[in-house]
Amino acid sequence: MALSLRRGRPRDGAGADGARPKQDPVVAGVRWLDDRLGVAKGGRVLLDKIFPDHWSFLLGEIALYSFVVLIATGIFLSLYYVPSAAETIYHGAYAPLRGSRVSQAFLSTVNLSFGVRSGLVIRQMHHWAADVFVGSIAVHMCRVFFTGAFRKPRELNWMIGVTLLTLALANGFIGYSLPDDLVSGTGLRIMFSIVLSIPVVGTYLATFIFGGNFPGNGDILPRLFIVHVLLLPLILLGLISAHLGLLVHQKHTQFPGHGRTEKNVVGSPMYPTFIAKTTGFLFMIAGVLWGLGGLAQINPIWQFGQYEPYKISYAVQPDWYMGWLDGALRIMPPIEFTGWGHTIPFVVFIPAVLFPGLCFTLFYAWPFIEAKVTNDTAQHHLLDRPRDRPKRTSIGAAALAFFFTLFAASSTDVLANFFRISLNEVLWFFRFAVLVVPVATGVFTYYLCKEMTGTPGVGRRKRAVIITRSATGEYESIPTDPRPGDGRSELEPTPVPVHIELDGEPETVGAAPAGIRRIPRRR
Amino acid sequence: MSDHTDSPSGTTATAERAALPMAAFDDPHLQPYAKNPRRAEAIVGFFLLAGLAGFAAYGGLYWVGGQTQWEGVFMGLGLFCFGFGLSAWGKYLLPQGPFEEQRHHLGSTDPEVEAMAAAIGDRGKMVFRRRGFLGTLLGAGAGVMGIVLAFPLLRSLGPQPKKSLAVTDWRTGSYLVDITGRRIHQADLEVGGSLTVFPEGSVGAAVDQTMLLRVDTVPIVTMPGREGWGPAGYLAFSKLCTHAGCPVGLYEEELQNLLCPCHQSLFHVRTGANPIFGPAPRPLPQLPLHIDSGGFLRAQAAYDQPVGPGFWER
Repeated sequence: MALSLRRGRPRDGAGADGARPKQDPVVAGVRWLDDRLGVAKGGRVLLDKIFPDHWSFLLGEIALYSFVVLIATGIFLSLYYVPSAAETIYHGAYAPLRGSRVSQAFLSTVNLSFGVRSGLVIRQMHHWAADVFVGSIAVHMCRVFFTGAFRKPRELNWMIGVTLLTLALANGFIGYSLPDDLVSGTGLRIMFSIVLSIPVVGTYLATFIFGGNFPGNGDILPRLFIVHVLLLPLILLGLISAHLGLLVHQKHTQFPGHGRTEKNVVGSPMYPTFIAKTTGFLFMIAGVLWGLGGLAQINPIWQFGQYEPYKISYAVQPDWYMGWLDGALRIMPPIEFTGWGHTIPFVVFIPAVLFPGLCFTLFYAWPFIEAKVTNDTAQHHLLDRPRDRPKRTSIGAAALAFFFTLFAASSTDVLANFFRISLNEVLWFFRFAVLVVPVATGVFTYYLCKEMTGTPGVGRRKRAVIITRSATGEYESIPTDPRPGDGRSELEPTPVPVHIELDGEPETVGAAPAGIRRIPRRR
Repeated sequence: MSDHTDSPSGTTATAERAALPMAAFDDPHLQPYAKNPRRAEAIVGFFLLAGLAGFAAYGGLYWVGGQTQWEGVFMGLGLFCFGFGLSAWGKYLLPQGPFEEQRHHLGSTDPEVEAMAAAIGDRGKMVFRRRGFLGTLLGAGAGVMGIVLAFPLLRSLGPQPKKSLAVTDWRTGSYLVDITGRRIHQADLEVGGSLTVFPEGSVGAAVDQTMLLRVDTVPIVTMPGREGWGPAGYLAFSKLCTHAGCPVGLYEEELQNLLCPCHQSLFHVRTGANPIFGPAPRPLPQLPLHIDSGGFLRAQAAYDQPVGPGFWER
C-alpha cells in the first residue's frame, strides 16, 4: 500500500519522451534494487500479502518473539558465562557464598547476576522468555490442533512445529542445567539415570555423553553449552524459517465468516498494517518479559548453592515444561525386569523414554491418522470451530487433561505438605487420576460440543431487551440497540489497492489520516 | 522491465497499471478503523511518549548505577507502551480493510507431476540399469561411511562404562569420613542422628556417598544374613536412590524411613532400606560396618551389589 508515498497521477509515458519529471526517491530505490535483483513484482506481492486477523493467530507470534528475545538475551549471557566445572573459591558480591568452593560455571553465573549492570534482569528475562517460549508453542499447537489447521496441505508445517516443540523442550532443559547449581545438577543426575535406563546401549550412551559415570569428568558442561548456544539454536532458526516460509507460501488459514472462502484470504496487508501491529506486538512481549526479568525472581541459584552430588533439597521441581515427565516418573509403579544377567529399569525407561517417544510419535502422526479415519483428502484453508468437530476436540481435551494431571503429579510432595495429607494417598490419587481424569474430560467435552452445536446462538452475546408491562397486564419485549462492537458489519473484502488516487484532496492526507473525510460506517 | 530506458510505450504501461487494483482516496476500505481518529491519534501519541520516557528512565537509572526492580519497571513499561502505541497505530489508524487475496492452487497439473516422477524414476533406472553391482557397492560404501563416522561423533566422547557403574571406592576396612575428611567415631552420632559419609580418600565422590544413621544403641540386624552389619545401632546405606539416582537425603527419624526428595521413594531403614512406597524398585544397598579397637567406624566389606539406578548390565 502506498498511501503516503505516491503523489499525483502515475507518470504516463514519462520514460519515453526523456523529459522525465524529478524522480521520486522511492521509485529510484526500487528501480536500483530491481535492476539488480528483479524484486519489484515479488516484493510488491509480499507487501500486499494478507494476514487474517484473529486473536488466536497471535499465539504463534508470541513464540516467535520470545525466541527473538531468547537470542538477544542469550548473546548477552554468552559474553559472561564460563562453561567450566573447574573449581575456584567465591569472593564476589554475594556475602553468604563468600569463601565457598564453586565451579567456574556457577561463579560466572552469579557474577553476571550481581557484578554486571543489568545482568540479573537480562538473565532472568532469558529464563522467563524460555518458559514463555515453550508455553506459547504449546498453546499455539493447541490452537492449530483444535481448529484443524494441521490438515492437508499443512501436515508438513505441523511436523516442523512438533520438531520445534521437541527442540525447545530440549534446549530449555539444557539451559537450565548450565549454571551448575544444586537444582540443575539434580536434573542432570536424573537425566543420566534416564539415559542409563535404555536397554543394551544406555550405559554406553550415558558414559560417552558425560565422560564416565555421573558426574563424569567435567566435559558435560562445555558440551551442553555448545549444544545450547550453537547447535540447537541453529536448528531452531532454520526450522522457524521453514515454518514461516511455508506459512507465506501456503498462505494463512482463516475462520469462516463474511466474505471468507476456501479460495481467498481476508485480513490486513503485510505493509503497512500487519507490520505495524506485529512489530508493536514484538515490543509488547519484550516489555512483559523485561518486566518479569526485573520484578519476578526466577532461578535464584545463589540460594540453592553450588551443585554437589551428595546434596539435595526439598521440593525439587524442574521448569514447568518438564513437569509432565517428572510427574510420570513419580507415579510409575516400581517395575524392574531382572533376568539372564540383565536389568531393564522399566520404572524409568517407560515414563521417561518410551512414553515421551510415543507422545511425540503420535503428535507427528496425528494429521495422517485423522485423514485416514475421516477419509478426508481435500485441501482445507477454512478453520473448524472446535465444537463442530466433537471427536477431535474431545480427544484433544482428553490429551490436555492427561498432561495436566501428570504435571500436577510432579508436585505430590508439595501437595501432601500443603494439604497436610499423606504422601501415600496423594500418590495413589494420581495413579488413578491420570487414567480417570482424561477419560472424564474427553466424555464431558464430547457431550458439551454436541450440546453446543445443537443450540442455536450459543456463545453469542444476547442483546438486552426492555420488558414492559401494560396496564392491562400485557408484557412487551423491545430489543435494545446492539452494544458497541457487536454486530459491527464488515465491508466487502477488496484486493489491496496498489495505486491510490490522491488527486483532488488536501495535501495533509498522507501525513494525517484524521484529515481524510470520514465515511459513515455501514451497519 | 529490466531497464527503464527501453520501457514499453506509454499505453502498454498504462494498461499494465490499470490491471493492478486501484482505489480512490475516499474508498471506505482505506479509512481508519477508529471511529474517532483524532482520539486514537492522541492515545497512540501518549503511549509512544510513555515508551520514550521509559527508555530514557532506564538509561538514566543505568547511568547512576542501576537497580534490578526499577530496571524491570522502566524498560518493561517502556517497551510495552512503545509496542502498544505502534500496534494501536496499526489497528486503529491505518486502512481498516478488510482486504483479500486470492489463493493460488498449490498443486501442479497432472502432466507436470508425472514429468517430475518420470525424471526421477526413468532417469534413475538409467543409472542403475545393468549396474546393480555398482549400486550395491555405492550403498555398502555409504552405509559403512555412516557407521564409521559415528565413531568419532559418539565413541570419542567418553570412556566405556566398564565397571565404573558397578563398583565403588569402598573397600574392606575403609574408614568412614565426613565431607571434611574427618574419621567418624562411634561417639559422634546420637540416636536419631544421620550423616553423609565417604570412604577415606574419596571425599565427595558421587558414587560412594553413603547415609550413616544411628537408629539405636544396640546392634541392629536389618535382615537375615546381615548379622553384625549394624554395630551399636549404626546403619549405613548407599545414598544413591535406586530409582533415578538422586541423593536419598531425608531421614524421618520417627518412622525410621529414608525419603528421596526427587520422586518420593520411601525406604524403611530397619528392614534394610526396603522400598515401601514410591517408584524405587530395589532396596538401598547396605554397607556392612564394624567398630575398630579405637572406636572408629569402618567398612567390613565393599557394597555387595551395584549402587544407584538400574541399567542393562547390572
